[in-house]
Amino acid sequence: MFQTIVPLFVDALANAALIFFVAFGLTLVFSVLRILNVAHGSFYSIGAYVSASIGLWIVSAGLNPWLTFPALLVSAALVAALFGPLIERTLVQWTYGRGEAVQILMTFGLFLILEDLQRLVFGVSSYYEDTPVALLGSIEIGGIIYLNYQLLLIALAVVALVAMRVFIGHTRMGRLLAVVVADREISEALGIDTRRMFTIAFTLGIFLAALGGALATPTAGVAPGLGADTMVLAFAVAAIGGLGQVEGAALAAVIVAAARVLAIYLFPALDAVAPYLVMLIVLLVRPYGLFGKPAIRRI
Amino acid sequence: MTSNSASAQPLLRAEDLAISFGAIKAADGVDFALQRNEFVAIIGPNGAGKTTFLNLVTGYLKPHRGNVWLDGRPITRMAPRRISRQGIARAFQIPQLFTDHSLIDNLMLAIAAREGIWQGLTPLNRRAYRDEAMEVLELLGLAADAETMTGTLPEGLRKLADITLAFALNPKLLVLDEPTSGVSSIERFRIMETLMNAMRRRGLSALFVEHDMEVVQKYADRVVVWNAGHVMAEGTPAEVMSNPEVLESVVGVV
Amino acid sequence: MRKPIPLLVAALALLLLVPVAFPHLKFVITLAVAKGFAALGVALLLRGGLISLGHAMYFAIGAYATAFLGSKAGVSDLVLLLVASTAVAALAGLVFGAFLVRYRAIFFAMLNLAVSMVIFALTSKLYGITGGTDGLRVAVPTVLGWAPGKAAFDGFLFYLCILLMVVLGWLVHRYLQSPLGHALSAIHTNEVRLEYLGVSAWQTLLTSYTISAALAGLGGALAAMSIGHVLPEFAFWTESGHLVLTAVLGGIGGVAGAFIGSVFLEILHTVAVGVAAEAWNLIIGLALICVIFFLPRGIYGLIEARRGSTKETGL
Repeated sequence: MFQTIVPLFVDALANAALIFFVAFGLTLVFSVLRILNVAHGSFYSIGAYVSASIGLWIVSAGLNPWLTFPALLVSAALVAALFGPLIERTLVQWTYGRGEAVQILMTFGLFLILEDLQRLVFGVSSYYEDTPVALLGSIEIGGIIYLNYQLLLIALAVVALVAMRVFIGHTRMGRLLAVVVADREISEALGIDTRRMFTIAFTLGIFLAALGGALATPTAGVAPGLGADTMVLAFAVAAIGGLGQVEGAALAAVIVAAARVLAIYLFPALDAVAPYLVMLIVLLVRPYGLFGKPAIRRI
Repeated sequence: MTSNSASAQPLLRAEDLAISFGAIKAADGVDFALQRNEFVAIIGPNGAGKTTFLNLVTGYLKPHRGNVWLDGRPITRMAPRRISRQGIARAFQIPQLFTDHSLIDNLMLAIAAREGIWQGLTPLNRRAYRDEAMEVLELLGLAADAETMTGTLPEGLRKLADITLAFALNPKLLVLDEPTSGVSSIERFRIMETLMNAMRRRGLSALFVEHDMEVVQKYADRVVVWNAGHVMAEGTPAEVMSNPEVLESVVGVV
Repeated sequence: MRKPIPLLVAALALLLLVPVAFPHLKFVITLAVAKGFAALGVALLLRGGLISLGHAMYFAIGAYATAFLGSKAGVSDLVLLLVASTAVAALAGLVFGAFLVRYRAIFFAMLNLAVSMVIFALTSKLYGITGGTDGLRVAVPTVLGWAPGKAAFDGFLFYLCILLMVVLGWLVHRYLQSPLGHALSAIHTNEVRLEYLGVSAWQTLLTSYTISAALAGLGGALAAMSIGHVLPEFAFWTESGHLVLTAVLGGIGGVAGAFIGSVFLEILHTVAVGVAAEAWNLIIGLALICVIFFLPRGIYGLIEARRGSTKETGL
């Protein structure tokens, strides 16, 4: 049993790490801008398409295959730089203070547009580029073979989490961001340029989603519909952790991974249902997620 | 329960009521009673727990300890909607209105709520409700604004509109949270006159939080002074105003 | 508030002529009305200030109930199928709604999404009951003993949809005018005040949630009969998003808005498929954003505004 459950769990954890990047971005944008971006998952698939395209180009041009690693990061940065400021300054900014129905609809409209743009630019066939996986090879621990790339994914998720803590706690920009999250009115009274903070946070959120997508291409590839599927999974993970709670999202990603392994073991048909069942159960017990706090209305 | 024993006991009674938020004790074992046809004012410095007390009485907050009775019946820990149905109607410091409905629609909804909201497909807008709503509006001098969207009413009228909603429930007890705050001092007495007349005509009892000492002196039968979650003093306005401790801690701050 | 009744009657008369004047639009309109019922359900909740990102599940539940009862339980009568499917969807709405309507804003949207994704995943996995990703075929039903051919049935279904739209639309309109309907929109503006008037927001919302699920279920059942096939994709979250889009595009100010939005979208779709099939989502995405920017009360708000009403009931 150990021989099967551990590799299954590592596999599930590597997948969860990818979703964690998306949920991380979603929850970051929510905590700073108080907006649930329904189009967030689309940046995962766009990141995946861009990194797959660049990776395929590097290979076909005969360049050093190790260049595919920095290409993953560059793709995500490219997507974030291209879409982040543009979308935040135009569509998203307009919805501030207009209620969540408008915000959800506006970003759903954006989602529809991005879905078709991807189809128009990248076509409908799937992309697959696994040079990084092949380069890293595999490792045998206790008679079980693991893909090094998957272990790298899990490590990267942990690094991202730690990096965010360091950023918030030890840089000027990070501290300002924390003030904006804690109290928007006070931060404006203090003279913090909240509009700039919103743009930065939104762009950073997109970068994280695109990074998740870029990192996913070597193991899973990318095909139409990926954005929509990822969106709901990231929703589930962010909601389980508590919207706005990065550590919560990390824990939620691990729980979801464990639930999937359990499901594969006990009821294989329920594999895809597991994340949502976990979400329902958690939210029934703690409506604001594992780490979330409710806001009380004063009258 | 016989009507005899019901009239012998206070309309509203609270015993040993306590709640705290973290380390702050907003109510710390409070005893309180309000008789039928009494107008009782609560005064005290900011943060003394006045609004918290109203929230406890009307069910918005649940006390950690203690009990509340209305007309001898326990209402402790009931939800606001059940306490409303028992006969306590509340008006708020910040007016709570259905801002995208007209004033008369607000009133008719309150009347329908009182009569029971489940009425099949009968329209809300009907003769009987409209007439009654106009009656309440006339009582409080708002008849001219019946068709105005409540969101566009000026602040002073919004406060009165909020009070008319409480009136429409035909309550036994009216709970008012600073009925005249945010209103100019001239308007303040006009609102209070209208309100007092209306309450007398309906035979209502009232519990109200008030900052303005002139208003309190002129209209309250009895004053209860709050400080740090306690009732510090109580009595007629004259008695309370001559209490040096009260003058220092409350009036001085106000 | 004055109503654009003459315009609506004229539009209805135009619809009734469709099978004669534009026979190829008959299927499109039938489907549009069916989806309109689901959009109307979503619009009801929007009036209460709640946005559901999962209502396609009730559409799917209604559709699957019809397909399942027809193919596996041997029920072939149209009336029985419609009533049973609507009842199943309403029951599901009552059960899920009992806990979902405790939540507000984003949490309500997300929890509906979560439940709908469970339903979606189950319909694609439970092969024995739902036919898995292949879905189920829906046979042409009989109508109170009459066994029409496919063409005759399609004609009948078209007029039935129009009839149901008028009758149920009127009933929903009456509901919105009733105290309970007013209480629903009062939740949107001030839930605290409503509770202090002695009204249970939970009961008010659960009623409207159950009605909205029933409407979506009926729409699903009608769509299943019209298309002749049901698929798990009916329940996917993007379909739920489309329902919200339809409701908002049409306008939630009146009952007619949901159907106007749905018919408008389906006809636009039919036209767009010939011209720019790949860019369909792009077009409606842009349309949605334009409506949010420039027409906050939807197409229905546009007709109504001409009639001199200024009541703001939009988002």
